[in-house]
Amino acid sequence: MTWGAIRQHPSLYIGLIAAAAFALLGLISLWWTPYPIEQIAIARRFHGPMAEHWLGTDHLGRDMLSLVMSGTLTSFVVAALGVLIGVGLGVPMGLAAVAWGGALEWLVLRLSDLTFAFPAIVVAILIAALAGPGETNAIIAIGVFNIPVFARVARGGALAVATQDFVAAARLAGLGNWAIAVRHLLPNIMSLLIVQGTIQLSLGILAEAGLSYIGLGTQPPATSLGLMLRDAQSLFLIHPWLSVVPGLTIVFVVIALNIAGDGLRDAMDPRLRREGLAHGAG
Amino acid sequence: MALVELADLTIAFGGRPAVSGLSLRIERGDRFGIIGESGSGKSLTALAIAGLLPETATVSGEVQFDGVPLPADERALARMRGKRIGMVFQEPMTALNPLMRIGEQIEEAIALAELSEAAQTLLPGLLGEVGLEPGHAARFPHQLSGGQRQRAMIAMALVSQPELMIADEPTSALDVITQRTVLDLITEICTRRHMTLLFISHDIRAVAALCSRVGVMRAGKLVEQGDTEAVLGAPKADYTRRLLAASRMDRQAALIKPHDRPLLAVKNLSRVYQQAGFWFWRNPPLRAVDEVSFEIGAGECVALVGPSGCGKTTLARMIVGLDSASEGHMVLDGSPYRGRDLPPLLRAGLSLVFQDPFSSFDPRMSMGDSLAEPLHLLGRLSGEEQAARLREAVEAVGLETGMLKRYPHEFSGGQRQRLAIARALVTRPRLVVLDEPVSALDVSLRGEVLHLLSRLRAEHGLSYLIISHDLDMVAAMADRVLVMEKGRIVEEGTPEHLFAAPQHRLTRALMAARLPDVA
Amino acid sequence: MGVTFLALYFFRRFAGFAVTLFVAALIIFLLLDLLPGDPARFILGINATPEAVAALRDQMGLDAPAHERFFGWIGGMLTGDFGISTTQRLPVSQLIAERMAVTLPLSLIAMVVSIAVGLPMGILAAMRRGKATDTALMVLAQTGVAIPNFWFGMLLTLLFSVTLRWLPTGGFIPWDEDPGATLRGLILPGLALALPQASILARVMRTALVDITEQDFIRTARAKGLTKSEAIWRHGVRNALLPVLTILGLQFAYLIAGTIIVENVFYLPGLGRLIFTAISERDLVLVRGATIALVLVTTLTMLVVDLTYALVDPRLKGRDA
Repeated sequence: MTWGAIRQHPSLYIGLIAAAAFALLGLISLWWTPYPIEQIAIARRFHGPMAEHWLGTDHLGRDMLSLVMSGTLTSFVVAALGVLIGVGLGVPMGLAAVAWGGALEWLVLRLSDLTFAFPAIVVAILIAALAGPGETNAIIAIGVFNIPVFARVARGGALAVATQDFVAAARLAGLGNWAIAVRHLLPNIMSLLIVQGTIQLSLGILAEAGLSYIGLGTQPPATSLGLMLRDAQSLFLIHPWLSVVPGLTIVFVVIALNIAGDGLRDAMDPRLRREGLAHGAG
Repeated sequence: MALVELADLTIAFGGRPAVSGLSLRIERGDRFGIIGESGSGKSLTALAIAGLLPETATVSGEVQFDGVPLPADERALARMRGKRIGMVFQEPMTALNPLMRIGEQIEEAIALAELSEAAQTLLPGLLGEVGLEPGHAARFPHQLSGGQRQRAMIAMALVSQPELMIADEPTSALDVITQRTVLDLITEICTRRHMTLLFISHDIRAVAALCSRVGVMRAGKLVEQGDTEAVLGAPKADYTRRLLAASRMDRQAALIKPHDRPLLAVKNLSRVYQQAGFWFWRNPPLRAVDEVSFEIGAGECVALVGPSGCGKTTLARMIVGLDSASEGHMVLDGSPYRGRDLPPLLRAGLSLVFQDPFSSFDPRMSMGDSLAEPLHLLGRLSGEEQAARLREAVEAVGLETGMLKRYPHEFSGGQRQRLAIARALVTRPRLVVLDEPVSALDVSLRGEVLHLLSRLRAEHGLSYLIISHDLDMVAAMADRVLVMEKGRIVEEGTPEHLFAAPQHRLTRALMAARLPDVA
Repeated sequence: MGVTFLALYFFRRFAGFAVTLFVAALIIFLLLDLLPGDPARFILGINATPEAVAALRDQMGLDAPAHERFFGWIGGMLTGDFGISTTQRLPVSQLIAERMAVTLPLSLIAMVVSIAVGLPMGILAAMRRGKATDTALMVLAQTGVAIPNFWFGMLLTLLFSVTLRWLPTGGFIPWDEDPGATLRGLILPGLALALPQASILARVMRTALVDITEQDFIRTARAKGLTKSEAIWRHGVRNALLPVLTILGLQFAYLIAGTIIVENVFYLPGLGRLIFTAISERDLVLVRGATIALVLVTTLTMLVVDLTYALVDPRLKGRDA
């Protein structure tokens, strides 16, 4: 990256750096937080921001900054694994639909229709009914939601690529469907996937927050930004600060990711503008 | 007083000029043609006259219409444009609102011309004038053919009885026969209505046939202008001379004599598509290619001509093995096949050059990798052998091996088409199928590429199957011509014979649609 | 031919809808009914006596073969019988219908608000592209997309209920007691749900309209004598609404699911509360009924969008004319 590129797409770098900063903050919490997050000290509860506790303490006297750091990590990890599931299953589905066509394409489309019929929360409810709530629950729910999104994005992008003459040239050169999908289709839809991945990551963080907030996601003693909001729920009329800190953190992380996504889209390929938040309804 | 006067017009985007220092006058009643290749700034010049340049453009210089500068107020400019200028654009599909009926779109123009009381009588008259039927008014754009859509555009442009008609490449998206009828319609209307015409085209022959005055543009500059006969009869600028030379296609002498033994035999080949539908509503199947039989001798150059949708591309796709025949089969060098079942080694014996050099290379792959791809067909080759094959192919088309490390976007259209030919040669095929090999190229490059193809044919004893709608190119290249219509071959013969005495209705129509040679 | 084509298209879509629903029902059934373990024991807990388990099995008809139970369930649903809740001893359909009286109006309010706010925002931003209005609106939308709706609900309560005391903090007054009060209780949750949706709509609308603005037919309209904004208004908006329609459908489908989260903030007795009670009390019949109801609403919305599309876009129905 050069200064020229940064000046051309300032939002991309602002977004990327901000998102990376939050991710780093979360990563650090693996080794170090200002206070242990499970350390309960009722005597020091409901403090506002102060020198020892930059972001204050919660209803159990735990350090809010430590909680936010650890919670951010959980949110990122859950959302990222959800994206990974979506990419891992959705992209091959989309590519296969284009490379093979015919009955396989029909099957992929019906499968993705079917998955669209299950909003993330319904999946989470089903799993919670079976196996109880937990982080894994949130990851699977978000992952299932992401599968048809990536399948459609990959198929849409690959369809446009497949009409290009170079794909016909590759067929003439004797390449099979699989080789065409890997050598020609995938590299040409990579930028699309990266942009969509960023958007889905931010949606995943929002979804994790929602699921944990209603008790279907992360469970104590672990923490996540959504779980912090759940804890603050019964107290927020008296101690609004407890909900402001995790809430604002979510907002900042999501804005950073979205700005990075928009910036990536503009920087990589102006043609991609059409896609975008089309799947952002979850 | 001139109807349009441009003085020192400069249009720039982000500091880079696209049109620079352009001055010209179009007198009332003139038919002014601007000739130029893609990127010459000819369309921008037209948009500047109508005040339709994109907002990102910075404009200096002066544009006067009827002695007055264009109004600065957007609404006044728009209304002036609506009343006094009619415009017809290149792509009639995207230039019409897909959600509005043709009649509604014309009526909107009538309302804007403030002639609404006359609208009842105006619409049928206009439709008649451009050769549409009254029933077409109720259709949506996608329900009309390309030619009909362009007629609707012309009707819309005529509503306000404009003083100036701007036609920007109005026929280049249409097929040959339709092109000619639309050109004739524009000529006829301009004559009848005494309308001034600004006609923009890359086709020197269309301009010559239509216009009384011409300007030649290159890289944003007007290199020459004057009366059509003067400019095209005795061009002063070197560039004009080159354009003229390129528009005349000389017969490429066949240096080798074709063998009689057939290299490829196509036997009763059909391709049938099931139409959309359901049970008893199903439409009859479409026979895109219908029992076609012909042969191509070793070293022979055969051309397949016909209007768009006649099945020539489907036929070519089956021959190269991209699609399979529904009935019948082909025999290449003694081995029968139906299409996709073409075995690798046989596949190496034929290749295809695509029409569009911009989409025929993977933008994420180096040219070397793209060119080496067909070598898969020959089984495992050593690195040295591969490099030798690539060098041979690249040098055969007059380029250097150093270029193979670069990516497609670093090449011009002409270079890419050369590289596409190199890729087609890399397996040392005996038959090369050329799908409109020069129609996506700028006129000035076409001659070189055709010359290259003839030289390669002579040097390597190649057979060609050329798919094209361009009769002049076909006449210059082919030993034998097949004319195709609705999936069938309707006429066959040597170019000299066929074009001198066409028998079939379609061949005659194609010949009649040809524009006369320049000068 | 056009009519036949349309009928055919409708028929196909409807068949697709039915198949999707059937397979979804099968998946839900397999997950909740056939998974290893005894549903009756699952419901009653580990400490239940074998007799109690056997009694419940008998009552739930669990001893019948799986396919009989599945088709029995499907057949029941076709006649409106979703089964009897094991804990509440009431028909599941009745329980769901009661809760839908909260969830559905809430989703509708949110939808109407987000359309009324989002579309004009998007249109305005596209018309003023690159100007300060555009930037301001898009910053607003960017923020709106990032705010979790339930957290926004908390903030709204703080402002309008606690500080300003204009609206209730939560709770639900049934429609037949005082419809005005019911509606007042739904305003804040409706707004909370609408904010992100409106922001998404604004962004989608703007992108769609900007894309359309660059198309040739807008230039044609300007050549006819319209100014740029007149051309966008008369020709662009209608075309841009087509892609927006798809998003709108997705949004409505997910709004219904989204109410489950927001009703938590406002203590509304919606579908969400019903489902959570059912999960904690292990009322699998109720969970099954509620999830298939949510899937039904989602799929139905998609179907309606597809059919509307066919009616609005002449390119779809007139292909054979």
